[in-house]
Amino acid sequence: MSQTKPLPPVDAQSRSYWEACNQGRLVLQQCAACGHVQHYHRILCTHCGTGRLTEVDASGKGSVRSFTVIRRAVSSAFDADVPYVVALVELAEGPTMMSNLVESPLENIRIGAPVELTFERRSDAINIPQFRVQAPRRA
Amino acid sequence: MGLRGSTAIVGTFDTAVGKIPDRSATALCVEAALGAVRDAGLELSDIDGLVTCNSMAQPYMYHAEAIAEYLGIRPRYCATAAAGGGATFTVLYQAALAIDAGICDTVVIAMADSLRTGLSREAAMIMQSSSGHPQYETPYGATVPGYYALIAQAYLHAYGARTEHFAAVAVSGRRHACLNPAAEMQKPITLQDVLDSRLIADPLRLLDCSLVSDGGAAVVLTRADRVAHRPHKPVYLLGAGEGRGHEHISQAASLVHSSARESGERAYAMARLGPADVDFAQVYDCFTPVVLIEMEDLGLCAAGEAGDFFLRGDGGPGGRLPINTHGGLLSHSHPGNPGSMFALTESVRQLRGGQGARQVQDADIGLVHAQGGILSSHCTVILGTEAAL
Repeated sequence: MSQTKPLPPVDAQSRSYWEACNQGRLVLQQCAACGHVQHYHRILCTHCGTGRLTEVDASGKGSVRSFTVIRRAVSSAFDADVPYVVALVELAEGPTMMSNLVESPLENIRIGAPVELTFERRSDAINIPQFRVQAPRRA
Repeated sequence: MGLRGSTAIVGTFDTAVGKIPDRSATALCVEAALGAVRDAGLELSDIDGLVTCNSMAQPYMYHAEAIAEYLGIRPRYCATAAAGGGATFTVLYQAALAIDAGICDTVVIAMADSLRTGLSREAAMIMQSSSGHPQYETPYGATVPGYYALIAQAYLHAYGARTEHFAAVAVSGRRHACLNPAAEMQKPITLQDVLDSRLIADPLRLLDCSLVSDGGAAVVLTRADRVAHRPHKPVYLLGAGEGRGHEHISQAASLVHSSARESGERAYAMARLGPADVDFAQVYDCFTPVVLIEMEDLGLCAAGEAGDFFLRGDGGPGGRLPINTHGGLLSHSHPGNPGSMFALTESVRQLRGGQGARQVQDADIGLVHAQGGILSSHCTVILGTEAAL
């Protein structure tokens, strides 16, 4: 039995996030009161507690905060991807998000490495934001 | 006078651990409860409080009520811990509060599960998937070792640590297990064995990961004015504290420090003790790097120095501060939610004394710490003999 990769169970608060992803944009929330930027979408600002949140486009730039190479897949849906990289990416705007690092040679992946946004289409409605490590500059 | 010394553990019991196919998770839980009541020299009719944790192999909507029904008792205080790790000691803390408040007198805390023989591979995979945020983590395909590997990698980077420092934790735990006939793993291992074991999620290797087991354990907690005439020396709850930062690792403020700092500070304050007073500690070891972070956050080692502590053998049998004297989740057993119960029952045994080759000399004060989620929910408990009151 071959499984399919999990799709996020989209809800009323996350719909605009996933709709933006579907259009190839990564969006964050910014607080209109204090300017705090957060990932993921919530009904309050985790810094000042107000609910005046606006949606802003992320630059798609960030760096690797930590990473691991999964050698034993979580389910058969990921078997073909082994070894694959799960990472915590610190976005240029401040928040951290979990993601995959794709199209990136393992030897280029290190904490602090700069990354740029890409997407994996998983269904008609779901486009999963991922990152690729920018190739190191030759010295 | 507060909670310090107002309750004591007077009974303990561990079931066999490992592969126990002839006992359901429910039967293991009941066996543990009955064993602890017998160890306390009590009858089931003396028990007016029951706390359990839910089982993954045999879940019930109201688990503690199901166990009470099975036992044929009608407790005044009944609670089920929804999850494991830190929740195990959180419910101990809450049971002590219930006793101290006069809601009940004598509580059995019993936990068991059959992760080894009671779960299909698919069910085990679903369980792993459920530990991530369903929208913002699970789609990326991380495993539980994978989530912890993110912490491990950050630790290596932050302190210039080496994977030998992780391996030393596994070796230390195994040395203790080899002195404990009840532990699942009895064969000594070396640093090289750990470093040569296969990669699961870089930098974590197979021997950096805890076991998957069947088994259960229980304790009997009662008010301090009821400890006379029990068969064993009472072991008092001196302090307890909790700390929480996040639920999902992608939302963690730090990858190399945890809310064990807060839980430890709160437990030490209640106990009116500090890290230097502790004779041994049982520190949650689901994966080796977690032990290093907890040791540092609990003040048992300075930041970045816990790896060298284990490389020197300071946490091993006869070491400066023996850690996980039963063998821990890495080498004794890890039946999931009930895992840290064995750290609790072992601590009680160490404080009673007479544990043969693995007895910590002159042990009067022990610390037990557990965390759950991905370095999320922390609870620290400090236990002591009558001499420590």
